[in-house]
This record gives sequence, structure tokens and C-alpha cells, in this order.
Amino acid sequence: MNIYINGTGCISPQETAQGGLLLATPREYETVRLATVDPDYKQWIDVKQIRRMSRVVKMGVGAANLSLEAAGLTAPDAIITGTAYGCLDDTGVFLTKMVNQQEEMLTPTAFIQSTHNTVAGHIALLLGCNGYNNTFVHRGFSFENALLDAIMILKEGSAQHILAGGLDEITNHSHQLLTRFGLYKKEPVKTMELLNSPSRGTIAGEGAAFFSLGITKQPGTVAELSGVSTLYKPLWEGEVIGHIMKFLEDNNCTPADIDLIVTGRNGDIDHDEIYEEIAAALFPETAEASFKHLCGEYPTAAAFGVWMANAIIAEQQVPEAAVFFGKAPEQINKVLIYNHHQGTHHSLVLLTAC
Amino acid sequence: MSEKVWIAGGGVISGIGLDVPACIQSFRDMQPGMTAMQYLPSVHRNTFPVAEVKADNATLADMARMPENISRTALLSMIAAREAWQSSGLGDISQYRVGFVSGNTVGGMDKTEDFFADYLANPRGGRLQQLLHHECGSITELVADQLGVRHHVSTISTACSSGANALMYGSRLIRNNIVDVVIAGGTDALTRFTLNGFNTLMILDQQPCRPFDDTRTGLNLGEGAGYVVLVSDSLAARLQPWCRFSGFANANDAYHQTASSPDGTGNYLAMKGALDMSGLQPQQIGYINLHGTGTQNNDVSEGIAINRLFAPHFPAMSSTKSFTGHTLGASGGIEAVFSALSVKEGIIYPNARFEHQMKELPFAPATAFSAGHDLQHVMSNSFGFGGNCSSLVFSKSY
Repeated sequence: MNIYINGTGCISPQETAQGGLLLATPREYETVRLATVDPDYKQWIDVKQIRRMSRVVKMGVGAANLSLEAAGLTAPDAIITGTAYGCLDDTGVFLTKMVNQQEEMLTPTAFIQSTHNTVAGHIALLLGCNGYNNTFVHRGFSFENALLDAIMILKEGSAQHILAGGLDEITNHSHQLLTRFGLYKKEPVKTMELLNSPSRGTIAGEGAAFFSLGITKQPGTVAELSGVSTLYKPLWEGEVIGHIMKFLEDNNCTPADIDLIVTGRNGDIDHDEIYEEIAAALFPETAEASFKHLCGEYPTAAAFGVWMANAIIAEQQVPEAAVFFGKAPEQINKVLIYNHHQGTHHSLVLLTAC
Repeated sequence: MSEKVWIAGGGVISGIGLDVPACIQSFRDMQPGMTAMQYLPSVHRNTFPVAEVKADNATLADMARMPENISRTALLSMIAAREAWQSSGLGDISQYRVGFVSGNTVGGMDKTEDFFADYLANPRGGRLQQLLHHECGSITELVADQLGVRHHVSTISTACSSGANALMYGSRLIRNNIVDVVIAGGTDALTRFTLNGFNTLMILDQQPCRPFDDTRTGLNLGEGAGYVVLVSDSLAARLQPWCRFSGFANANDAYHQTASSPDGTGNYLAMKGALDMSGLQPQQIGYINLHGTGTQNNDVSEGIAINRLFAPHFPAMSSTKSFTGHTLGASGGIEAVFSALSVKEGIIYPNARFEHQMKELPFAPATAFSAGHDLQHVMSNSFGFGGNCSSLVFSKSY
């Protein structure tokens, strides 16, 4: 059975929410913390509700709606989200008041909106969707688990159309604390130069990317979601290489069939080494695009990478801002997205033009 | 591809026992786990009874064979997951393709909330070590690493139905030949964050809770962890599985972020979907382990949905939360173990403190422990915030 990407929606630090050619006017930043470029949320959400919603809920609802609109769907049969951090803003608000007010005189709103399934619940509420609803919260696998769940359910036949997406937000608290863990560059960096930076650390990012997946192809459909796989804590690079080979074999292809690899390079010399090794071992001549200089690093950033890969297949060309190496062939048929988060969570997504 | 998925074993740690036999003994003895808070420091210590696991972190760390300074959520998870694995008789874990799918609601919040007091006083303050396992997924990985699980790790957070959804996803991983065994369930330790959150919703009872009683006024929080071991047909053939995991469904109430719809739409759809997947008629269910939190809202919505689906043939039913408290992300896992055991040993669990018939409903929960029934099929309900409703069905081994 084939699974098709019938519509996508993306809200990110780039102008991805308004349609038009992919990265026609890329936004360049000089910072270590990117923020989403927000569309007008009033087109999807009642103004009174918007005020009470955290950014992650808004960007989730927005990207979900964009992907449904693109697929010509009013409501899916199932909604599956992946978010590593969940609703950090409301969590921080409730936690702060709880500490400062010594557990007294607290109000429920932030607590209600702090649960990780808030976004999937809100989308269901707004669409009146009584179908299957799930939320994966497993670090750098959150989005991939959501895709895998969707694929398994579509194959099982219990749903025809599934909305699946990955999203995470940055808050002042989270950025301050992740900075203390040493995740980011010490100095602001020009985003278009990030991937060549010679130091440790990356830049923080955020965003939401959703996909309307279905078992029948729609008029605007350009790609099939051929496969998803995760690899947890590989012991050495050879295990990653073996995993990729096995994944390609399971999907009836070889490295030579891949027209473009989309990698999760993030400008941290320690993190990017494995991409060099994989490219050298399996894809020495293959064109490579990358995306974290555009959206920043976060546990569900692969969702942006998959969104971008789908748009590249649609346009049959790699935009200048995303090119990392080589030139993609005239026909871009198979795109492999290879991402890792923190060196511990490696994932593969294969898209095939259709 | 494995057509069927089986329950090869289970493990539970909760406010009524540190392992499955101890929990069952508490049901037999009619000994619920609610007391004043012993381990969670909170200003509400003497206001709200809770069902804490009766051990401090040092004791739990010894049992788990993990460091004492990690989140209690991980310690509870490890203890129950190991019991589940050992009960399965599968032996050396490295011999199989194994997945660990665990639900939880607030990850390492018990440590984060301690950290936050120092951090809010000074942005450079607080020991970062306490924040290391804040993420829900990090809790799962601490346990997966300790167990030696590498093939698939995943964490689900759908509020109070997290553990139940872990079983569904685990079952699909086996049926899709991604792994052969999945340890699936959930864990949650009590935290001030959740206690205060539920308090703002004004759904905590200051007395021991009374699920499905007309005078009920709210829930008691609990803590713990519960996991089943799901196995494929080919592995089940070598073991003596407890029962078959025959059906499940997940639906969304799409009514309100924290309240159930008055007619229990999501609850009905979840139960109906699970029956359909099992190929069963309602009258074939012998016992329902209710979600049964003891709040006004849940019990009436769940009850009305049961009435709509099952009338006039009501199975025996009860809320084991009247003993364990509401263990949130763990509850779906804990109650899946109780339900699977219910099929295996014909157990109908008691619903503590039921006295007054709910006027909206034509049925009442079981109030005494009994075993040895011929229960062919048992249903377990888990409904949560975000409209997330899940039902599971366990069936005799054929």
C-alpha cells in the first residue's frame, strides 16, 4: 500500500506559511535563537481564543490547518502529533506561580494548557474530530513516532486520512536553561554561515510542520511517504551506515537511487561529523541539502526537513539557500532525509516522487 | 507478520503494593492506599489524601538498582517494567527485538519543581543535574537503557490515557513486524505541579474518593507504574501467556480541554471501537475496569456511555482507582495489568466506598473482591484531558 503526502503546512522561522516558491526570499538572521514568522492566526482561530493560547498551540493549529487546506480536507480521521518539549510556556507559567505563591491562589488555565496533548486536543476540538488522537513525546523521535503510528494505522485500514505533525516552541526559560547546558554557540552567528562554523554549539529553533497523509493520491500530491525508521543510541558510525543500508533495502532501493539527501547538519562540529562520514561512505556523489540553518535546532526539526523535501520534489529543484553540496539531477525522484538529535536519536524518512 | 498480540506478563507498583501480588492482596483485604502525604512535600499535605507508593526514593532506588537522585518517575517505571519482564519468562532480553513504550504526563517534574525554586531566585542558580531528565522521553530512556532495550523506544503523553495508548502503539509495532516484544504501559510520580493543577480544577476530594457513588466529590491522586509484556504469535507459542490483547480503540471527545461531554461521546466511541476490533458483542464482556475517577463529570459521562452501549446486559464493573488513586499517565498501564490478570484468574476487583446509587445510572459497581469467575473478555477504560479516550479489551487465550 502506498501512503501519500496530500498536503503540508509549516510555520517556521522562514516564510513558509504563505505559499509561493520554497525559500524564494530566505530570512537570514544573526542570532543563536530563531523565532517563528507568524501568519495571521485569526484565519483559523477565534480572536478571544487566540489571546489565551500559547505560541506552540497557535503554530500547531495553524500548520495543521494549512496542511488540511492543501489536501482539500475539512477533517481527518486521525490526529497524531509529536512534541518533545510540549507546552513549555504554560508549564513555565504554572510552575513559576506555584513556586512564587507557595502553592496558593493558583488558577487553572496554564495547568490545563500545559499537558503535552494540548495541541492535538485543540485541533480535534476546533475540527470537531472524534477520531484517533495521539501525542508522542519522545525527544528526537517524537515526530518520527507520529509518522510511524500514522503509517501503521493507514496500512491497517482503520483510517483513510491522517493529520500528523511535529512541533516545539522555545520560551525564555527553556532557552536560558538549554543555554546553560551548553547547546548553543557562545556568540551570535550569521545563519547562512552556520553550517561552516568551526566551533561547538548550534542555534535554537522552533516551529510546526504538519502533513495530511492518505492512501489515495490527490490532484496536488507530489510525493509518497515511502518509509520511516529510527535508530536509538548507535554504538558507532558503522551501525548508522548498516541501518541506512537496511532501510534502503527494505524500501527496495540502493544509495545510487537516492537523488538528494537532506541532512540535519546544525553547525556543531561534534554533531556534524557523522553526516560527513555517512556522505563519504554511502553518498559521495549525491547532492545534499540541509535545513537547520533555516529553522534552527530542536528535537522535532526533522518535521521541517521532511516538509522542505516534499516542497523540493514539488518544484523539482533545490533552492539556493538549502544547497549544501553538489547539484541535484534534473529529475528529483527519491529524497532521503537523515537527521540526528544530540547524537543519540537518528532517523530516516524516505520520500518518493509520484 | 503476527496477526494476534498476547500479554505474556505484567508488573505494577502502586499505592497498594510494590508488586503485583502485593496489590492483589490489598484488593483481597479491602485495603485502599490513600493516606496523608508521607513523601511529597507540599503545603496541601494535610488537606488532600493521596495514594503514594509506600517507599522513599532511597528504597525505590535500591529496588530499581538505579541512582537515588534521578526522578521518582523513572524509579517507579524501572521497578514495574522489570517485574513485567521477569513474569513473562522470556529470559535474556538481548535475545529479542524489544520495544519499550511508556506513557507519562510530566516526565521528571518532581526534580524540575525543586530546581525551579533555586532557579527563579537566581537565573544561574539550581543544579542542572535536576533538570537533566525533565523531558518525558528521558524518563523512558533511563529505564530502556537499564533494561537493555535498543530496538524501539517511545513515549506517549495523552494525559490520563497515556498508558493505554502505549499498549495500542506497542501492539501495532508487533503486528507490523518492527519488534517481537514490547514492554508497554506508563508511569507517573506524584508532584506538586500535578497536585496543585488538579486542585485549581477543584476536582480533588478531601476525603478518600468514592467513584460511581452518588455523593462523590472528586478524585484522589496516586502514583505508580504498570507495564504489560506484549508478544507476537510466534513467541506466545513458546510461553504461557496470560491472555490475548484482542481489541482497542482511541477516540477524541472533541468537547472540552478538561471536561467530558455530558453524553460521553468519546467514551462511547472508544468502547464501541474496541469491541468492534475484538469482534465482540457488548454482552460478551465479563468485567469492565472503569476509568472511574470519582469526579462528578467523569463518572456520569462514562456511566451514560456504558448504559448506551451495554444496556440491558451490564457486566461486572469497578474502579480500582478507589484503591490506587488516579495515577494519571500510569493508570492505563496499571489497569491493563489488573485487567489482563482479571481474565487470567477470573478476578472481579472491588470498588471501595461505594454506598449510594447514582441516580443517572441503572447499574452499580462491584463492592467485594472475588476470583475464579469465567471471564472470557475484560475491558479497561482510560479517559483523559484533551478529550483523549481509550478502551482496551483482553480475551481468553484462543
